[in-house]
Amino acid sequence: MRSSAQNKIRSISYAKYGYMFILPFFIIYFIFQLFPLLNTFKLSLYGNGDAATNTFVGLQNFKDLIIGEGNLSVVAQHKNVIRVFQNTLILWFGNFIPQLALSLLLAVWFTDINLKIKGKTFFKIVMYLPNIVTAASVAALFLMLFSKTKYGPINSLLMGMGMEKPIDFVRNEWNSRFVIMFAQTWMWFGNTMIMLMAAIMGISPSLFEAADIDGANSRQVFTKITVPLLRPMVIYVMITSMIGGLQMWDLPYLFREGTTTNRFTETIAVYIYNHFHNVPHNYGYSAAASVLLFIVTAALGSVCFIMNIDKDAVAKKKQIKEAKKQMKMQRKSSFGGF
Amino acid sequence: MTKNGNINDSYAAKVRMKSIGVMIFLIALTIICLLPIYILFVNSTRSSQNIINEGISFLPNGHFFKNIKETIRLDEIGTINYSAAVGYRNSAIITIGASFLTVFFSAMTAYGLVVYDFKAKTPAYTAILLVMMVPVQVTSVGFVQFMNQIGLTDTYWPLILPAAAAPPIVFYMRQYMKSSFPLDIVEAARIDGTGEFRTFLTIGLPMMKPALGVQAIFSFISNWNNFYTPSMILISREEKQLTMPMMVSSILSNDKLSDLGVRYIAIFLSILPVIIIYCILSRTIVDGVAEGGVKE
Repeated sequence: MRSSAQNKIRSISYAKYGYMFILPFFIIYFIFQLFPLLNTFKLSLYGNGDAATNTFVGLQNFKDLIIGEGNLSVVAQHKNVIRVFQNTLILWFGNFIPQLALSLLLAVWFTDINLKIKGKTFFKIVMYLPNIVTAASVAALFLMLFSKTKYGPINSLLMGMGMEKPIDFVRNEWNSRFVIMFAQTWMWFGNTMIMLMAAIMGISPSLFEAADIDGANSRQVFTKITVPLLRPMVIYVMITSMIGGLQMWDLPYLFREGTTTNRFTETIAVYIYNHFHNVPHNYGYSAAASVLLFIVTAALGSVCFIMNIDKDAVAKKKQIKEAKKQMKMQRKSSFGGF
Repeated sequence: MTKNGNINDSYAAKVRMKSIGVMIFLIALTIICLLPIYILFVNSTRSSQNIINEGISFLPNGHFFKNIKETIRLDEIGTINYSAAVGYRNSAIITIGASFLTVFFSAMTAYGLVVYDFKAKTPAYTAILLVMMVPVQVTSVGFVQFMNQIGLTDTYWPLILPAAAAPPIVFYMRQYMKSSFPLDIVEAARIDGTGEFRTFLTIGLPMMKPALGVQAIFSFISNWNNFYTPSMILISREEKQLTMPMMVSSILSNDKLSDLGVRYIAIFLSILPVIIIYCILSRTIVDGVAEGGVKE
């Protein structure tokens, strides 16, 4: 028999502490992220330029950017937005594909039991190093290394090997893009490699052993075991890289001549920044472009989310539901039926 | 017997050839990874004349400290807007403040989600996960406008306070706690009469030390490298407020600076702290990446 005191103790709920512990997070989140997000939406419905910032223009900004009909400046903005989306895509593809190929190759090599590689830890450490270097400094460094004068280290090296004129890596369309793609790959391949390695090591080793016993060579193991089981991780890496690629700002912004924006590497993020920061302050366009970016990111995120739903767990839940239904029907029929 | 011997030999030989090929590739890759930083270092030890006259060089020179003195001199006479001392100080204030808030409040939020059972628990966690998806640019426009309206632009508050809400870190801490935090300890502490918050501080946090450590490091690096948010908030580019990345940016866009050695050393000094931290803690960092798929 429980005393009333014991009963009382049993009914103490600590649930309120749960609320208290998570409260600071949500307070800060509401003030510094949720409200600003709604503010961005609101700003996208208002005007541009210092004079018009408080005029409500509805969806005009979006119409201007997406369709681009109207006076010359509207058409120019529309073309700009198309251009920056293109730039963003080009820069992302050019960075992601080599990066994924390289990281996958390295991850497979590093986890291959047959391949004896000395100093794996050293290589991992060296290859992750570019990831922690400040992106702004990487941009500055590469801007100096690829300088178009003959004092630039790269150019001086190339000219020492017999090239006649120095290459312009900053103002030339594809040269500057190449440097950005190279720099991004340089910075991120170590990170991707380590994540893929973790995913490969998550595959049960008994599968690899069975394949080894069956006499499969490295290529067969790769195509028939590693790649299919790695698919979720590769998709995750792809989506996070895409979302990261949409936000590329440090490198494309700084890799330029003086203070003029580089037209060929201007990504969406740079566009948003410029219209916000430079005079005239086109808050409307900046916010509208941000909203477009948000929509694209949300779409990609949903794709990732859908792909990650544990199909087995969903199927099991369905089964349980079905079983419950059956039992209910049985009980009903055995009770009221004849 | 001889046939089998041959097959084994040729297989072993193939594996060895492949291993050698892979090693060569890896060494080449190592060189590509380290070369830019090495050249940065070498060039920051050379005088501007040397760089101009002799082009590329792989050997360090002796001008390191002279270049540093030159940056101080040029800063004083106003040619450049760069001061390593000021930059270090500013970046340190923001970074340490933000990292502390991130680690502490993420641990607290994760603790709340794991230890307690309450109706809003699952929706709250899902909400936190969803927040991770939003790119920083999307909120930044509204964020800076809002800060402008309440007069917090050109201060460090908007750069430090928001760090308390860091969804990926909460995610990581929660995973860590679910796998290695025994809830009985909380029960035991309650029986002993310890208050909930005190339990968190004196028992919970110490037990999460490894996770706290890893996240503190990542948070430090990420905040130190952050160039976007300070550029948006510190609108009046006053030198005494600039963070290190912003100072590097100001060196880049400076037309009056012709001393190449100074440019190189400015960039080098900006990454020196992170490189030092990495050299000391590289294994922890690399292991942490493998565990958590950490965002930079």
